[in-house]
Amino acid sequence: MAKKVALLQGNEACALGAVYAGAKFFGGYPITPSTEVAEVLSAELPKVGGKFIQMEDEIGAMAAIIGASLTGAKSITATSGPGVSLKQELIGYACIAETPCVIINVMRGGPSTGMPTGPGQSDVMQARWGTHGDHAAIALVPNSCQEIFEETVRAFNLSEKYRMPVQVLFDEIVGHMRERIVFPEPGELEIIDRQPPSVSPADYKPYDSSKGQVPPLAAFGSGYKFHVTGLNKADDGFPTTKAELVDAEERRQIDKVMDNVDDILKNEEYLTDDAEVIIWAYGSTSRSARYAVNKLREDGIKAGLFRPLTIWPFPEARTAELAKQCKAIIVAEMNLGQMIYEVERVSKGDCAIGGVFRVDGEPINPGQIVDKVKEVL
Amino acid sequence: MAYDYEKSIRPGKLPHIWCPGCGHGIVMKGLIRAMDTCELDRAKTSIVSGIGCASRLPGYLDACTLHTAHGRAAAFATGVKLADPEMTVIVCGGDGDGTAIGGNHFIHACRRNIDMTYVVMNNYIYGMTGGQFSPCTPTGAKASTTPYGNPDPIFDISKLAIGAGATFVARTTAAHPREIDKLIVQGIKHKGMAVIEVLDDCPTTYGRRNKFRSVVDMMKELKKNAVPAKAAAKMTAEQLQGKFLTGVLFQDTEKPEYCEMYQEVINKAQGA
Repeated sequence: MAKKVALLQGNEACALGAVYAGAKFFGGYPITPSTEVAEVLSAELPKVGGKFIQMEDEIGAMAAIIGASLTGAKSITATSGPGVSLKQELIGYACIAETPCVIINVMRGGPSTGMPTGPGQSDVMQARWGTHGDHAAIALVPNSCQEIFEETVRAFNLSEKYRMPVQVLFDEIVGHMRERIVFPEPGELEIIDRQPPSVSPADYKPYDSSKGQVPPLAAFGSGYKFHVTGLNKADDGFPTTKAELVDAEERRQIDKVMDNVDDILKNEEYLTDDAEVIIWAYGSTSRSARYAVNKLREDGIKAGLFRPLTIWPFPEARTAELAKQCKAIIVAEMNLGQMIYEVERVSKGDCAIGGVFRVDGEPINPGQIVDKVKEVL
Repeated sequence: MAYDYEKSIRPGKLPHIWCPGCGHGIVMKGLIRAMDTCELDRAKTSIVSGIGCASRLPGYLDACTLHTAHGRAAAFATGVKLADPEMTVIVCGGDGDGTAIGGNHFIHACRRNIDMTYVVMNNYIYGMTGGQFSPCTPTGAKASTTPYGNPDPIFDISKLAIGAGATFVARTTAAHPREIDKLIVQGIKHKGMAVIEVLDDCPTTYGRRNKFRSVVDMMKELKKNAVPAKAAAKMTAEQLQGKFLTGVLFQDTEKPEYCEMYQEVINKAQGA
């Protein structure tokens, strides 16, 4: 039987990807350009017995999804720059309380209200360092409607597997663009659920990492009574200020990501084998970059594209290898230079680094990238 | 025979953090008695709080407890309740947590009439941070940030809850311990948003700055100014000057409860 296809907006694909992944709870607040995610989920979630709630504000939305997730529901919110700024404290709460949840950020420009209907990629550092305190981050950056569907599923999987918030960032262009989507059959994409405890309620400790870096998570209401707090805590979930316990917990919560980067990282390369110049681009910008690579090849320049789908943790090892192999890396992003700092950091001067930046609400076009490559080489 | 509170308290979690003379412990005991009276299955009971002295309460009790971020308890609790409407959800916290930083979540939880019981311990001060004025600090009173007397008018939490749409609103004080559990029991049994405001004392950061020589004086003040709502009906405005009403202040059993309303959404979406 032919697979189901549809012409869908990126935001709609995101919502349907969430349902495919098993989402049962959405808490949100209206904000351009992400609102269609909420609109579609308000219709789709109750069909599968899930819950949709429009909260009184962005912070409340983040709070509600954490509460719902702790009660066993796969949970998601969707917002944009200003909303993500408001959610930051509770994103940190989800990190320290190790609560799975997915945060969609349909990126517009900024700072502040910026240009709500224009695209941007200026939240990529916010996705890494937006909340206070040391913490690991996982963030995914799809570049097409099909990929938004699939990466939303992957975001849920990573969130459940590593017991932490996962952010999916796509710019307004991909969020509002319409493309043909081929829906995967049920069971075709892997669906990962959080690991439930194997011990009895009496023996359960919500942060017991003796059997692995990611402790099993019970649900409120499932028979397990336990305590959750945003304070530094010991493995039993209760607050502690004992230096060695605080240190061990903080490090474990970062190690559980950094020791598993091979599982979390995902990227696409195009004509990088013999490339003398690498375009390093993500999201909608990577689509212009791919076009630029073809144009440069026509002009006799050996160009290639490196496109991360996981932007956090940063694809350090592969970026460093490419820096050794090529003469230059050109980072193209719709901001005034954010990921370029990471590329510079890991390339350690092994090649020239150039940036193509834009913050005027217009997409980066292939010509800009071609011109920059010719300038740097 | 002494009441057995210990079976509700997590082993090893006492002593609590509260100062001698603080009323929060009286409220916690009232909450325990109320949960016992309602025969709540603690594994199906979630106690949710924000940040502050009062918000440390859930950590001591044996249940599904969630100590959240400052002001956000009602919003977290909304997620818990809507995700599993079979849970009994109790929120507790202070006046600053609930009505300043958390004011928006508080009024919207009332508006939705979601089935939870919110126990506000109103000691009219930010105790944990050392006694800054809250939205409930009396005008003219001294706090660490009102050295010349508080210029701010106050929130009446119970009136706020009634105005925002809560369907069970009651008030008592830490000087009326028997009334605390009676009202919480009624709140838990009420289907919808129940707000129990417990006027409480903070001798450490409020009393000493405001000429209360002892905890007993603070408790006496609470007793002196508390007027049962039924008695107040027969009193003049002059007689009620400086007093506050206690007991059940408002109840509406007609307004639909939020999770039940949402179940209707599910039924419609599924074509039932």
